[in-house]
Amino acid sequence: LALYFHSGEREEKCIIEDVPSDTLVIGNYKVQRWDIHKQDFLESAPGLGMFVTVTTPSAEVLLSKLYGPQGTFSFTSYLSGEHVICLQSNSTRFVSFAGSKLRIHLDIRVGEHFLDESVVQAKDKVNEVNFRLEHLIEQIQHISKEQNYEREREEKFRKTSEETNSNILWWAVVQTLILISIGIWQIKSLRDFFISKKLV
Amino acid sequence: ALVLLLCALRAGGTELTFELPDSDKQCFHQELERGLKFTLDYQVVITGGHYDVDCYVEDPNGRMIYKETKKQYDSFPHRTEVKGVYTFCFSNEFSTFSHKTVYFDFQVGDEPPILPDMSNRVTALTQMESACVTIHEALNTVIDSQTHYRLREAQDRSRAEDLNGRVSYWSVGETLILFVVSIGQVMLLKSFFTEKRPGSGGAGT
Repeated sequence: LALYFHSGEREEKCIIEDVPSDTLVIGNYKVQRWDIHKQDFLESAPGLGMFVTVTTPSAEVLLSKLYGPQGTFSFTSYLSGEHVICLQSNSTRFVSFAGSKLRIHLDIRVGEHFLDESVVQAKDKVNEVNFRLEHLIEQIQHISKEQNYEREREEKFRKTSEETNSNILWWAVVQTLILISIGIWQIKSLRDFFISKKLV
Repeated sequence: ALVLLLCALRAGGTELTFELPDSDKQCFHQELERGLKFTLDYQVVITGGHYDVDCYVEDPNGRMIYKETKKQYDSFPHRTEVKGVYTFCFSNEFSTFSHKTVYFDFQVGDEPPILPDMSNRVTALTQMESACVTIHEALNTVIDSQTHYRLREAQDRSRAEDLNGRVSYWSVGETLILFVVSIGQVMLLKSFFTEKRPGSGGAGT
C-alpha cells in the first residue's frame, strides 16, 4: 500500500468517487496510530478499527461497517454519480491530545480492470493469453460503461445550458413588457394627477 | 517487439478525489525508491469560488521540488534522486469561504509489463501477445482520456448550473426592483405636489 496521509484521531476523511452504475469499487487501507513514547507510528494498534461509510449520490448509505486496522472493503454502485467513501476511526478517546494522529494508507480501485498476477501462474500458454484477453475485455466494458455515463451527464449539461438560454430570453421579454407598461402607467397616472391638481 | 518493451506503460498509482475545506491543507505521502519516475496530475473539479489551488511537492530531505500557487490544473513529472518519503500537499489556505473538490493522479514508475517475461524473452512475442500488449496500452490511454474529459465536463456543468441559478435569481430580483422603483417614483412625485397645509393652492414647478 503506497500512498498515505495523516488524520486526527476522531477526524473523518472522505474520498469522492464518481462512478457509473454497476461498477465494482474496491478499497484497501491500513491504519497506524502515533505512539507518543516511541515517537513513531505503531505497526499495529490493537483495538483500533475504522468505520467505513459509503454514501450514494442520492444520500443513501450503501455500506457502513467497522473494519480492523487493516482491511479491504468493496461495493458495487447501482446508481451512477458521486459516491462518498468516508473513513473514521473508532477511537473512543474524547480528547485528542497533542501529537495524537493516525496514518492512513489507502488504495482505491474502480472497475475490475486490474491484473491478479497469482492467477496467471498457469504454464499453459493458451490459458495465459486467454486470461489476458479476458482482462482486456473487462477493461473495454468498463470504458463502455464510463462512456454511457458521460453521455447521460452531457445530456444533463446540455439541458441546463438550454434552460439558461431560454430563461434569459424569457426574462428579457417579460422585463421589456413590464418596462413599457409601467412607463405608460406612470405617464397616465401623473397626467391624471396634474389635471386633478389643475396644474395642466 | 523491442519498441513495445521500451515503452513506458501507465504506472501503478493512485487517483483520488477529495474535498478541501476552506483555509485547509491536505497532504499525501508516498515512499519511493531512487531513480523512479513519477507524475503528479491534479485538477480542481468543483468549487464555490475560483478554480484554483496551491500545490507543492517535497522530497525526503524537505527540499521543495515543485511549488505552484493558484493553479487550476497541472502535471508534474519527476525522476526521484533520493530514496524516501515524498510529500505533496494541496492548500486552500488563501481562501476563506470556498471549499474545493480536488482530483489528483499520482502515477509511479513503469508498470510491470502485461506479459511478465517480456523483458527476459529471447524469442519475439507471438502476434497474439503483441496484439494484447498494444490493446492494453491503447486502453490505458483511453481510460486516461476519459478521466480527463469527465473532470472537464464536471467543471463545465457546475459552471453552467451556477449560471442558470444566477440568471433566475437576478431576473426575479430585477423585476422586483423595477416595480418598487417605478411605483416609488410616481408616489414621490405626487407627494411633491401635494400640499400639507390646507387652503393653499398647488405649488408651481
